[in-house]
Amino acid sequence: MKHCISALFLGTAMAFAAGSALAQDKTVKVGVLTDNSGLYSDLGGAGSTLAAQMAIEDSGMAAKGWKIDLISADHQNKPDIATTIARQWIDVEKVDVLMDVLNSGVALAVNNVVKEKNSVMINSGAASSDLTNAQCTPNTVHWTYDTYMLAHSTGAALVKAGGDTWYFITADYAFGAALERDTTAVVLASGGKVIGSVKHPLNSSDFSSFLLQAQASKAKIIGMANAGGDTTNTIKQAAEFGIVAGGQKLAGLLLFISDVHSLGLNVAQGLNLSATFYWDMNDQTRAFSKRFSDRMKTKAMPTMVQAGVYSGLLHYFKALEALGGNPHDGAKEVAKMKEIPTDDTLFGKGIIQPNGRALHPAYLFEVKKPAESKGPWDYYKLIGTTPGDQAFRPLSESACPLLKK
Amino acid sequence: MQALYAQLLVGLINGSFYALLSLGLAVIFGMLNIINFAHGAVYMMGAFVAYFLLNLTGLGYWWALLIAPIVVGIFGMILERTMLQWLTGLDHLYGLLLTFGMALIIQGVFQNYFGSSGLPYAIPDELKGGMNLGFMFLPIYRGWVVIFSLIVCIATWYLIERTRLGAYLRAATENPTLVRAFGVNVPRMITLTYGLGVGLAALAGVLSAPINQVRPLMGADLIIVVFAVVVIGGMGSIMGSIITGFALGVIEGLTKYFYPEASNTVVFVLMVLVLLVKPTGLTGRAA
Repeated sequence: MKHCISALFLGTAMAFAAGSALAQDKTVKVGVLTDNSGLYSDLGGAGSTLAAQMAIEDSGMAAKGWKIDLISADHQNKPDIATTIARQWIDVEKVDVLMDVLNSGVALAVNNVVKEKNSVMINSGAASSDLTNAQCTPNTVHWTYDTYMLAHSTGAALVKAGGDTWYFITADYAFGAALERDTTAVVLASGGKVIGSVKHPLNSSDFSSFLLQAQASKAKIIGMANAGGDTTNTIKQAAEFGIVAGGQKLAGLLLFISDVHSLGLNVAQGLNLSATFYWDMNDQTRAFSKRFSDRMKTKAMPTMVQAGVYSGLLHYFKALEALGGNPHDGAKEVAKMKEIPTDDTLFGKGIIQPNGRALHPAYLFEVKKPAESKGPWDYYKLIGTTPGDQAFRPLSESACPLLKK
Repeated sequence: MQALYAQLLVGLINGSFYALLSLGLAVIFGMLNIINFAHGAVYMMGAFVAYFLLNLTGLGYWWALLIAPIVVGIFGMILERTMLQWLTGLDHLYGLLLTFGMALIIQGVFQNYFGSSGLPYAIPDELKGGMNLGFMFLPIYRGWVVIFSLIVCIATWYLIERTRLGAYLRAATENPTLVRAFGVNVPRMITLTYGLGVGLAALAGVLSAPINQVRPLMGADLIIVVFAVVVIGGMGSIMGSIITGFALGVIEGLTKYFYPEASNTVVFVLMVLVLLVKPTGLTGRAA
């Protein structure tokens, strides 16, 4: 009995010592997993890594005794490559948090790995709302935007403005399907009709066949459920085939500032788009964006994805500080992130819902005419703001298994 | 039915690019025995030269059509002189690896400075607008692309198959030593041929600049399809590559209409079928 008690005591003491040693562990490794070389590399890519670097510097964590490492890798938009890197990072490199992970197909695959290994993913670049819906996990926070928000903000606005018949040109993978599905729901709910859709392979260069089909459908709105280079080529070639001149309207369901920059205002003017961040919103966003742009090789302003990497990572650091050290327990860290309200210079005040969805306002923009723009990167006019709690899917509609406990 | 005509025409437009690019590849392979994987990269360079000409010197599209192939052609000839010529007589694999590496380096450099989204290049004023053909709206620029590439393709074919210079070239491929004995400078001819093939790719790049964004990866996206075109047509066959280029554009266009999801694989399915039935390609002769 005596032995028993002392063993118990010793065990408790050891557990306590181990616990406090863990709590005092102030090392963190951040991994930015993004598209560094393909069609999405301008909206994430090196800019996402730079944003993470700036978050580490601005957090002041180093002064508080933290040691933070940053690594990044190119997932080439391939889910198999991405999951291999994610496993390697978590198992061998001891990465604590995966940032960006753009491309919905990649994100959904990495989502499973992160859950299985009890790590953390703060997703900024992927669009699919499934990440916080049926596929939600206790280890993932979806920060910047999602297909539900895009569909409700852009889709509803266009139907309200009279665009009640739709035809979709959709990228043939998880993201395109989710965006088309979510937008269709909004169009139908607002009293509109979807006439048809065509699916194109990811990273196509010629859209004329698809545009001709959209033109023949006579739909008032041609919804582009694609992104990056696919969207810019669709818009450019639509102008060539006289689609807008013929009275049909293009809807860029997911358009980044890098796309508008690439198209030029002559082609892009008048397009509506939704975003949760634009560099020219207030003094703080302008100051951040200026610092960011100065350090970019292409001198580009940050996209909302890159801004999301910055803000998401800062919030993660806040959670670690509140925990008093790095517990190396993904679910615990994410739970802490959900406990603390979000508040940062780029996205404003908000919360993270129990399903991992970060809430902040969504903005509806219109691309300026060349005459209205004061210079490069002065591209958007704000036409509407949706508060965070209305912009994203309400918890009552969420199919996230975490909510059914 | 109307939609079908439209898709056929659109297919022909894409076919023009395939034809121009595969023609250059066929010329280079036929004369130099090099599988030029850098072809997509020089196509991209052609588009970038057009962009720079417009934005730095103010020279528009028509000048670009003339200057870009020459500039990029010279770049190609420097490549051939400094690197490719040392691979003469070695296995195909060496040339393939060298040019593949060159392509990656060139694309990487452009991507580093210009990002991946690309730069805008407008359609020249003379070719803006379109015609209503009844069954479709044909942008004038696209019509121009088809006609212009057809002319270039036929001119190249004529140059190589029907002129004295072409005869020297073909002879030099068959038996370089003998042709040299007749006093023809064979190495210089080979360099010029590589320059010609590369110039054709750059020309296609200029043609494509107003349609697609001028992007560092524009060639990488296209080159694999073009290789399939060359394999189907028969390596080294000039006429074969022209006809297959246009034909595959049309087939791909039809696929986009009937089963769009398969549009980027149909060319490879065809390639497999052709290789199974006729391993030398449709117009190729057994070596």
